[in-house]
Amino acid sequence: MKNKKENTTLLQIKDLKIEGFSDERWHKIIKGVNLELKRGEVLGLIGESGAGKSTLGLAAMGYTQPGCRITGGQINFDGVDLTKRTDSEKRKYWGNRMTYVAQSAAASFNPAHRLINQTTESTIRAGLKKPNEAFDEARSLYDALNLPNPETIGERYPHQVSGGQLQRIMTAMAMSPNPDLIVFDEPTTALDVTTQVEVLAAMRDIVKTYGTAAIYITHDLSVVAQMADRIKVLRYGEEVEEAMTRKMLKSPKEDYTKSLWSVRSIQKPEKKNADIILEVKNVDAFYGSFHVLKNINIKLPLGRTVALVGESGSGKSTVARVITGLLEPKIGSVKFKNRELPPSLKGRTKDQLQKIQMIYQMADVAMNPKQTVYDIISRPASFFAGLTGANLRKRVVELLEQIDLDERFIDRYPSELSGGQKQRICIARALAANPEVVICDEVTSALDQIVQEGILKLLGRLQKDLNLSYIFITHDIATVKAISDEVVVMNEGEVVEQGLKSEIFSPPHPEYTELLLSSVPEMDPDWLTDLLKARNY
Amino acid sequence: MLPGDFGQAILGQAALPETVAAFRQELGLDKPAYIRYFDWALGAIQGDLGTSFSGRNASGADRSAEVVDKIAPRLWNTLFLASMAALIAVPLSLILGILTALYRNSFFDRSVNTATLTTISFPEFFVAYILILFFASLNQIFPSLANVDPDTNFGERIYRTALPAFTLTLVIVAHMMRMTRAAIINLLASPYIQMAKLSGASQTEIILKHALPNAWAPIATVIAFNLAYLVVGVVVVEVVFVYPGVGQLMVDAVRTRDIPVVQGCALIFAVTYILLNLIADIIGIVTNPRLLHPK
Repeated sequence: MKNKKENTTLLQIKDLKIEGFSDERWHKIIKGVNLELKRGEVLGLIGESGAGKSTLGLAAMGYTQPGCRITGGQINFDGVDLTKRTDSEKRKYWGNRMTYVAQSAAASFNPAHRLINQTTESTIRAGLKKPNEAFDEARSLYDALNLPNPETIGERYPHQVSGGQLQRIMTAMAMSPNPDLIVFDEPTTALDVTTQVEVLAAMRDIVKTYGTAAIYITHDLSVVAQMADRIKVLRYGEEVEEAMTRKMLKSPKEDYTKSLWSVRSIQKPEKKNADIILEVKNVDAFYGSFHVLKNINIKLPLGRTVALVGESGSGKSTVARVITGLLEPKIGSVKFKNRELPPSLKGRTKDQLQKIQMIYQMADVAMNPKQTVYDIISRPASFFAGLTGANLRKRVVELLEQIDLDERFIDRYPSELSGGQKQRICIARALAANPEVVICDEVTSALDQIVQEGILKLLGRLQKDLNLSYIFITHDIATVKAISDEVVVMNEGEVVEQGLKSEIFSPPHPEYTELLLSSVPEMDPDWLTDLLKARNY
Repeated sequence: MLPGDFGQAILGQAALPETVAAFRQELGLDKPAYIRYFDWALGAIQGDLGTSFSGRNASGADRSAEVVDKIAPRLWNTLFLASMAALIAVPLSLILGILTALYRNSFFDRSVNTATLTTISFPEFFVAYILILFFASLNQIFPSLANVDPDTNFGERIYRTALPAFTLTLVIVAHMMRMTRAAIINLLASPYIQMAKLSGASQTEIILKHALPNAWAPIATVIAFNLAYLVVGVVVVEVVFVYPGVGQLMVDAVRTRDIPVVQGCALIFAVTYILLNLIADIIGIVTNPRLLHPK
């Protein structure tokens, strides 16, 4: 281990300005930010997308993405101003004294090379260790990060291990050269909650053991609360405020910070007892020979929201595919208003199709980029309701107003809309068919917390106004609390538990529900420590 | 359909219909097409490509040769020329492709692109004559005729086939080089390339170690396509340099309606094409760990 003097400044960024080139001109991304990091300290950078936190994180390493440029300020790393260094000089720091952990580990590993070679690549290149020593060290890091089969897992290729394991291997890769600074860029955002806990614990542990300084970038407050000593809030490329973690959580000063804190507090009173509008009965479904759904029974009461909760791969979205008729179940059926629906899309009448609509996670790709908002919304309105001409236009405007947009948006293309606006257009498209049941598949997962809040409130209001019934697929427990009346917990293609929200969220829980609920990070900085103690890690 | 048959072609317009009919019967041309096809296919599976029509005449004299014997020396010549062109063109286009990807949008990149696009844009015979003009007429470095026979020794062969090989190289380099460049550049936007940069890899290392290993499949496909062209599509170049290859043999056979030879050539071309594409697919699988090492 290198001799690391505590309490000396490792990184100091002064009045940094960065611009990015898009739409034929330069935009300011970072507008004069100061940042200081001591050795061994963990700084949390938090903000919505577009706040410039990733750009700032990369800039801390002296790196700017293609199409970006540093227009002012200094980045002093251990006494050297990186803004004045050439790329080949900075390369001596990268992968040696400073390393990077990216958001999507699956995309950030080279598919062509074995994991252990990628883990040790920079260490060996920098001449810090001989290949054999580096491999041994990597294997002990795998062990320290609680990876299964630490001796042999490195011989695998990236596609042969799971997302959570890859993220830990990437942490091992970042630790391998024993750097002074690691930049973690949303490292757990793509992971399931249960996996996230393990990865967070492993990362926090190893950073502490080695006394490495780190910048931890995230949009998730409760995650940063576990990791960081200090938190800096960014918005539109400027600092909003900065404070020690406990102080920041207890008493944020700025309104913007407070609004970030308040998002998770939406609660919906649950309503019970209603007629069943949709029922999934004894459904078994397969992808090829893979048994995805095992004897699924779900009931959706009229005008209520049933949340489908589970990790990726639990079969939540497949349930949606069975209900909409995109996937024929092998056994079992779907009943709508006590009448059995034909199993496949082709067999269903226009009327049956109209009653069940869907909203997707990625609003971006769920819309044709070459169609205007009018084209997108008017198509179901004319197809199902037979509207034409002035009536059709009137209906589209009415729908836009229902989703809190207005006529000005009617001729825009999806690329001219923000993420939240795109999702609203997708909601309007679903409403255009006059549905009775709407299936929402992770509709808020790709959105920032504040935008999420807006969409959830909108969905709640529409439910009240139009008496809609929702099946709400999500992996996020906070979203479930905010919107649902009933909850279905799924795991590995089976329903673990179904019931009213209040029942599901109060103990005793089945084992899996317990694991899922206890894994959701809380704003308490001691949450992770306490949880690990409780689970006897 | 090709009009006329070998009988008509050899006997000429003045021949009596009875003579033509008798000659056809002798050659077996009076049988229906499907029977002739199955006869041929049955023979082909057993390695017998039949007997060439040429060398026969109506008087009953038979100096005809086996198709295999006619094609074999020509095929050897064609493969020799194709290998020579490939040995120059494939490494050249890979190196140029990698270099242009490394120095993309530079002056070097643009000039290589312009030059290779220029040579691919001209017809082959034009490129061939230009090369003859500069390397055979004005400066007598290489011979303008590539007439080789089975007795020509190896060194002499290389010397004589140099110009046709250069011509073919100029024709196929652009395609392979641009595909190599595009396949690599396409990958440079991947997150793992940024990761490699942030772990301190140099530009050269990024291209060779991180991009190229993931780009082999499309590159191999294009190389296979061009190698197949070197075997099956070089008749124009063979004619210009009077080179005795399979392409010329096939054209001659079509002119004289010597169908067994045409069939033999077609079979060889098809086999070449399929084999090369098979190799490209195998390379695509071997270089892709996802396919080679399933979960």
